[in-house]
Amino acid sequence: MDPLIFGFLLSDGLISGALYALVALALVLVFAVTRVILIPMGEWVVFAPLTQAVLLEGRLPATVWLSALLLLVWAALDLRRGRTPLLLALAAALVVAAGYLGLAVPALAPLVAILVVLPLGPATFRLFFEPLPGATVLVYLILAVGLHFVYKGLGLAFFGPEQFGLPALLAGEVAVLGLPVPWQGIMLVLAAGLLMASLYLFFTRSLFGKALRAAAVNRIGARLSGISVREAGRVAFLLATGIGALAGVLVAPLSNASYEMGFLLGLKGFVAAIVAGLSSYPLAVAGGVLVGLLESFSSFFASAYKEAIVFALLLPVLAWRSVSSLELEEEE
Amino acid sequence: MRKGLVWLGALVLSVALAQAEVRIGVTLSATGPAASLGIPEKNTLLLIEAGKLDRMPKGAKVRFFILDDGTDPTAAVKNTQKLIQENRVHLIIGGTTSPNSLAMIDAVAEAGVPFISLAAAKAIVSPVDEKRYWVFKTPQTDELMSQAVVQDMVARGIKTVAYLGFNTAYGEGWAREFEKAAKAAGLRVVASERYSPKDTSVTGQVLKILSRRPDAVLIGAAGTPAVLPQRTLVEKGYKGQIYQTHGVANPAFLKVGGRFVEGTLLPAGPILVAAQLPDAFPSKRVALTYIAAYEAEHGVGSYSTFGGHAYDAWLIAKGAIERALEKASPDDLAAFRKALRDAIEETRGVVGTHGVFNLSPTDHLGLKFEDAAVIVRVKDGKWVLERSFR
Repeated sequence: MDPLIFGFLLSDGLISGALYALVALALVLVFAVTRVILIPMGEWVVFAPLTQAVLLEGRLPATVWLSALLLLVWAALDLRRGRTPLLLALAAALVVAAGYLGLAVPALAPLVAILVVLPLGPATFRLFFEPLPGATVLVYLILAVGLHFVYKGLGLAFFGPEQFGLPALLAGEVAVLGLPVPWQGIMLVLAAGLLMASLYLFFTRSLFGKALRAAAVNRIGARLSGISVREAGRVAFLLATGIGALAGVLVAPLSNASYEMGFLLGLKGFVAAIVAGLSSYPLAVAGGVLVGLLESFSSFFASAYKEAIVFALLLPVLAWRSVSSLELEEEE
Repeated sequence: MRKGLVWLGALVLSVALAQAEVRIGVTLSATGPAASLGIPEKNTLLLIEAGKLDRMPKGAKVRFFILDDGTDPTAAVKNTQKLIQENRVHLIIGGTTSPNSLAMIDAVAEAGVPFISLAAAKAIVSPVDEKRYWVFKTPQTDELMSQAVVQDMVARGIKTVAYLGFNTAYGEGWAREFEKAAKAAGLRVVASERYSPKDTSVTGQVLKILSRRPDAVLIGAAGTPAVLPQRTLVEKGYKGQIYQTHGVANPAFLKVGGRFVEGTLLPAGPILVAAQLPDAFPSKRVALTYIAAYEAEHGVGSYSTFGGHAYDAWLIAKGAIERALEKASPDDLAAFRKALRDAIEETRGVVGTHGVFNLSPTDHLGLKFEDAAVIVRVKDGKWVLERSFR
């Protein structure tokens, strides 16, 4: 293999790795705070670019109505909680307004798409997971798998079976060490780095972040200290949806987007999160990069077995994890 | 006055009785991932039922029972059983995708109902064994289309070729048939790579292909997921000829592909470029008539090659129904189903939208590739006839 091909595979692997790392971060975040393994994550990742694509075609995407509807149902559930329902109804109106704004100003479409997808996470948590406080991981997992099928079906109904091409947010390429790399890929890697840094600051410096961590480490203890575990769950879902939607909008112009791509993205992010034992953020990032590189190089050497190779990575990782499981319990 | 009405009623009744009713069951993927194939098929059959496309067979009144299988093989089989048992149909048309059609074979063979499939895979009708005795199909096989691609490659002086296809039944079928035909014609296949329709990157596969420096690359994929490998090839500076398969012959591919798919060559049923065919091309007139009728109902540019397969199935069925009526009565269910099957197998010289059908006990497709395949180029975002093999 000559150095040029090696360089190309490396950059391709790092770009995909950044995507998987972001998904893995979101999965670890949600699992740490709520014990939910968020299978529908992949759907939300592709909903954002698909919403953008439909906006660019001059139609109002159905995700706008889905988001607004979920927010209104949430408002109805929390009707007796002071100003909450009013704020939620306002948010629903904002989502619809944003949708029309995206239609009028195509340049804002990526931003609008993220905004439209954003409420899906917390609303899903409020509607489906909150009514089951303290359920086992398995119950949450079954619920998450069910929701994955629902969102996938909605994706097919909303966007159709075909792929959409998206214009690059930043077109063109730049030479990195003599290798042409698309700006879009660099943006994705930078965004991943930036998000990780800000998440680190959020969890170590801000009171809210510390409260989230407290809720993750010990629910009862956190509640005794006056931290709302429900609130923490909603925030975790909100952050996860935001990270996913941003990653989706950034990666879609590099390939194309279709409703059925999400599950595989989510699954590969999950492999990365498993590498991190669903608990460590830096390890999740490392896992994401590892999956990306493995995928890139195996698609060169044995493309027919690429998927098998990526998922076979789980076996040694799980074996190692089960051997060192005592250590795992002590991690945060 | 009242007496007159009774007589009129009796007259109408007797005419209706003279016209035997033939029931055709249809199960199509009008929703789900293959909807872009199933919808034009359904529209075509609805046009026929409404009498806007073709006359009814002599001496019979045809009733259609059209069901949707949502691109799900299990639902396709359920629909098939429902059509056979509840609607007591004489013939089944449908099975939009190859997996659906393959799944339906057992059900129709067990009940002894003739079945005209609208899916591509060669395995649906070949080899003609005890079960496939009841199964026919109208779309070109990947084997037939591979032949067209290889002949075109040879004519262009291409010596080495790489294949990059789906890791699904479609991609594997093409890999098998294309590599067989290429070797027989003296082409060297220097790389054979796979990718998933859901992949977001095919850089690794494309780099491997580039490192082998093939004269041409064939992408064995269907629909819009076929764009990504071609786009990556172009972005990485590949200068050779890129071929696609007939699975991309829909407008969405052109829309998503844009400038990346300019200059692509692909094999296709002649209906895709019907207006550009020479007048002597056998299926030109039928194809143009079909397109005119379809567009009159659904708008200019709305027709697709897939609806053409459904129309071809109808043309075969129409002739067969007329011949079968001479041998058996539709009221005798088993006898008429058998007579209809035999009559379909005897189909000779039926000119459809995709070619001329000459069926035989060993060939349940009956298309010759000279009539059924042309090479098309994507030029300025349109399909342009590159060459025919006649």
